[in-house]
Amino acid sequence: MSGRRDLAGRGGVTAPAGVLVVGASAAGLATVEALRRGGYPGAVTVLGAEPHLPYDRPPLSKQVLSGAWQPDRALLRPRDVLAALDAEFVLGDPAVGMDAPARSVRTASGRTLRADTIVVATGTSPRTLPGQAGLAGVHVLRTLDDALALRAGLLRCARLVVVGDGVLGAEVAATARTMGLDVTLAGPQRAPMASQLGRPVAHRLAELHTERGVRLRMGTGVRGLTGARGTVTGVSLDTGEVLPADLVVVAIGGDPVTGWLHDSGLPVDNGLVCDSRCRAADGIYAVGDVARWHHDQLGTLLRLENRTNATEQAVAVAADILGGDRPYTPVPYFWTDQFGTRIQVYGVLPADAEVTVVDGDPETGRFVARYRRDGEVTGVLGWNMPKQARMRRQEVADALAASDSASAAH
Amino acid sequence: MKVTVDEAMCCGAGQCVLLAPDVFDQRDEDGVVVLLDAAPPEPLHAVVREAASVCPAAAISLGEGA
Ligand SMILES: Cc1cc2nc3c(=O)[nH]c(=O)nc-3n(C[C@H](O)[C@H](O)[C@H](O)COP(=O)(O)OP(=O)(O)OC[C@H]3O[C@@H](n4cnc5c(N)ncnc54)[C@H](O)[C@@H]3O)c2cc1C
Ligand code: SF4
Repeated sequence: MSGRRDLAGRGGVTAPAGVLVVGASAAGLATVEALRRGGYPGAVTVLGAEPHLPYDRPPLSKQVLSGAWQPDRALLRPRDVLAALDAEFVLGDPAVGMDAPARSVRTASGRTLRADTIVVATGTSPRTLPGQAGLAGVHVLRTLDDALALRAGLLRCARLVVVGDGVLGAEVAATARTMGLDVTLAGPQRAPMASQLGRPVAHRLAELHTERGVRLRMGTGVRGLTGARGTVTGVSLDTGEVLPADLVVVAIGGDPVTGWLHDSGLPVDNGLVCDSRCRAADGIYAVGDVARWHHDQLGTLLRLENRTNATEQAVAVAADILGGDRPYTPVPYFWTDQFGTRIQVYGVLPADAEVTVVDGDPETGRFVARYRRDGEVTGVLGWNMPKQARMRRQEVADALAASDSASAAH
Repeated sequence: MKVTVDEAMCCGAGQCVLLAPDVFDQRDEDGVVVLLDAAPPEPLHAVVREAASVCPAAAISLGEGA
């Protein structure tokens, strides 16, 4: 690594840094890369809670969990590429507080880091069920360590219940089923990912899971966990039924990691609240899953938890730090892989949207669908048709831009 | 600049094509990246660097040289 990667000096006050990025993952790293690409000459420090070099999360529920990839393969950059960034990585030392006017951050080990500009990139952390902490055999999935622990559990156990019918729960269920486990997926929606995909496509996804042998327990809330001698034995549903399990994954969403900002005076409300430039205060930005910024075209505060937002928002934040001053108005995008099917979503797919197949054919297992509300395109979905779906992204971008100029005209 | 792509890591998001359509394309059948120009000319270097950075699968690597 570069000479700046100095992990010694705990407890001291580090020399002033130009930019301090808090959170050493997709969004934080992409911010540093975009700053350097843009010619930023100043000092850059990246503070990370985890001991690992920056790694990628999407493979954690897919290739790393299944064992197809060794964990190293999820590293975002090789060491030499990181070193060429000439940034100091301070890892394994979480931020515990910020003095916003002084632009300084305190860490768990007692460091104080000062900078002209601070970028908050601390992501989200998984929600848990009451009673979860004391029970063995109950997992969440957010970090590499989580993934390795869960993988060890999957190799040891036979009966898995996944609590949560969002994208993460559905992916974990698919991966575990592919590994041969007996899998039940439980959640309150009518079908997995119904709120993200709309009813018809979520129904298709439910069929895919059922065909592959996942038991779906949809439309019921989860009351809690049952256990014996400190180990989980099942999941109890609102209906009173108990689903037996020797392993449970709780995938009920995450909360933005903003606890460490509690006495900073910064606006925290379901994320660090920012203006259209992703600025929370003078010289303080947020990026990635933790950022709730004003999307000018949608005319609302928005927080996206997806991988491409992390990097696109990082490019926008770096440009603003370098003096760009343009609003961040992305086309939301995410993808998911389940049982070899790749689903991609551009824009948003409201439940009441009119859905039209515009390419391919659902019968053949490959199609692109366009979602419209009041005649306006709101989103595009690809089912095993990545290129063709991407080629229609522009329709969503155009609709967003049109709604922006329409609202500007009022 | 020498560009390489790792097809096995690519998740078919097409971010690279949106940024640099002269350098990257996607396969029609599964969306996996196709490298059109492994040694793009100098004016494209900045946007190819951006593509490598924003690729959500870290599938694009850049080296020095031809
Ligand atoms: C298992 C899994 C699968 C996913 N699959 C997909 C997918 O298929 N498609 C998709 O679009 N998205 C997917 N996502 C979402 C995507 O990974 C996230 O949107 C992305 O990681 C967000 O990046 P980020 O840098 O904002 O946050 P994170 O990746 O969460 O990084 C935040 C970093 O900050 C660190 N941190 C936290 N608190 C502190 C502190 N106090 N001080 C210092 N550092 C701190 C954390 O350790 C972490 O490294 C998936 C996520 C997970 C967990
Ligand atoms: S941006 Fe990366 S993941 Fe997406 S198509 Fe290009 S190489 Fe593949």
